[in-house]
Amino acid sequence: MTDDVAVLGAGMHPWGKWGRGFVEYGAVAARAALADAGLDWRDIGSIVGADTVRGGYPGYVAGATFAKALGWQGARVTSVYAACASGAQAVSTARAQILAGLADVVLVVGADAAPKGFFRPADGDRPDDPDWLRFRVLGATNPVYFGLFARRRMAEHGDTPEDFAQVKVKNAAMGSLNPYARYRSRVTAEEVAASAVVADPLRLLDICATSDGGAALVLSSMEFARRNAPPDPVRIRAVSTVTPRYPQTVLDLPDIATDSAAVVAPASDPFRASIARSAYEEAGIGPEDLSLAEVYDLSTALELQWYEDLGLCAGGEGAKLLREGATGPGGRIPVNTSGGLASFGEAVPAQAIAQVCELTWQLRGAAGERQIPGARVGISANQGLFGHGSAVIAVR
Amino acid sequence: MARTRTPVVAGWFAGGPEDFRLLGTRCSACACVFFPREDTHCRNPGCAGGELTKVPLSRRGRVWSYTDSRYRPPSPYVTDPELPWEPYALIAVELESERIVVLGQAAPGVTVADLTVGMEVEVVPGVLHEDPETTWTTWHWRPTGV
Ligand SMILES: [Zn+2]
Repeated sequence: MTDDVAVLGAGMHPWGKWGRGFVEYGAVAARAALADAGLDWRDIGSIVGADTVRGGYPGYVAGATFAKALGWQGARVTSVYAACASGAQAVSTARAQILAGLADVVLVVGADAAPKGFFRPADGDRPDDPDWLRFRVLGATNPVYFGLFARRRMAEHGDTPEDFAQVKVKNAAMGSLNPYARYRSRVTAEEVAASAVVADPLRLLDICATSDGGAALVLSSMEFARRNAPPDPVRIRAVSTVTPRYPQTVLDLPDIATDSAAVVAPASDPFRASIARSAYEEAGIGPEDLSLAEVYDLSTALELQWYEDLGLCAGGEGAKLLREGATGPGGRIPVNTSGGLASFGEAVPAQAIAQVCELTWQLRGAAGERQIPGARVGISANQGLFGHGSAVIAVR
Repeated sequence: MARTRTPVVAGWFAGGPEDFRLLGTRCSACACVFFPREDTHCRNPGCAGGELTKVPLSRRGRVWSYTDSRYRPPSPYVTDPELPWEPYALIAVELESERIVVLGQAAPGVTVADLTVGMEVEVVPGVLHEDPETTWTTWHWRPTGV
């Protein structure tokens, strides 16, 4: 088992559609995280930025941009890109630097100013680019994939559109308590059912929006934390950034087809489940140890899928777990106490960092009205384009 | 002047109404099949790499899932902004012998109300869009019962 790293500070810029640049959101979040850690920016030995996303690919270089905005002070710099997992990969990079002894204290920042409407690929003819092809050949937007997954769950597990709506109802209720969330209103099942169908069977309120936002973390070695921080900090115990294994049998964005499973037998656990398993193994814990989970609810139906992939329930029983109230506040394993993507909308490079911010506040007992009493262990999980995914386990 | 019929992607499908097929490639060393076609190197990590040769995929398969696109997709999907948007269905189809799921648009007139998971469908030639010079062709999935 690897060593822990300490989370000394967490900070965010509120999510929304603010119409300003990503650098500002990132710098605000970074300063908030530094203030939370009680550290000066000049104390930071390394900064890791999660690149913005443009047309499915890395957009603006982040690490150096944030370092410049905060004022050049000579820190080691890294920028990473892993689509929706970019923020977690930034955490992973910072952790690796700390555990390798390359830096004592690292600032992790992700921020974006999201384009309006559907995510779409960059301009130009790129027939070698699977992300371009799915739009050109099929008009397959992200919600198309979410609709396919949702319909498959309905056929395979008996989920209903009413189940999906209840995910939104739950997350909106949590998000209404979160000052950093973009959407602060509670939502009823009737409102979900009355919203327009985007990609059958999913409606507008089943699908997450795109947002502006920024999130940052200050991470350090346990030794640095002992000398410079209050006792008993939140610790990151595992970061999983595994890739899928051939054959990939789940039709994932931006692919037009799965791999063939006719010759090589698929692994026993599909990609998302393998992301979680790897994190559990690294942390030496299991799903039964969790106090809460932050998962990537790009759609309501996908949240139910995550319940199963995280091992919170058996395969096919995600909707049952939701109906029992287990994943709501006061339940056995509350999920998306932050309000999730349903309440935030996705600010891609910031989102996985924001998930860890929520785990940090919950584990500190500092989550205010949405606090889960006695939270000790939390997991975050996400998945994005091109075989990227991540999970982070934090403990206290 | 007649339009030229051009596949939206070269080499992914061929044939007319009677013999239309999606085209993948198969590795001569491990027999893995790839669609979209893999022409440079076999992606099976347990394979040293064989020759990749063109192979037609099964014509028929079963609906793995389906959905539709109620809003106009952004470019590079080509639509006429002057015309009202007409939603179309998309079907993910599992081919039994290849054990591969291939996404495609449903044939014109097929809506989500016509589809169920597990239903048999077949691949048919289709038209993606037309401009003054070119008819851009594609593949469509169509229920075999109609
Ligand atoms: Zn091979």
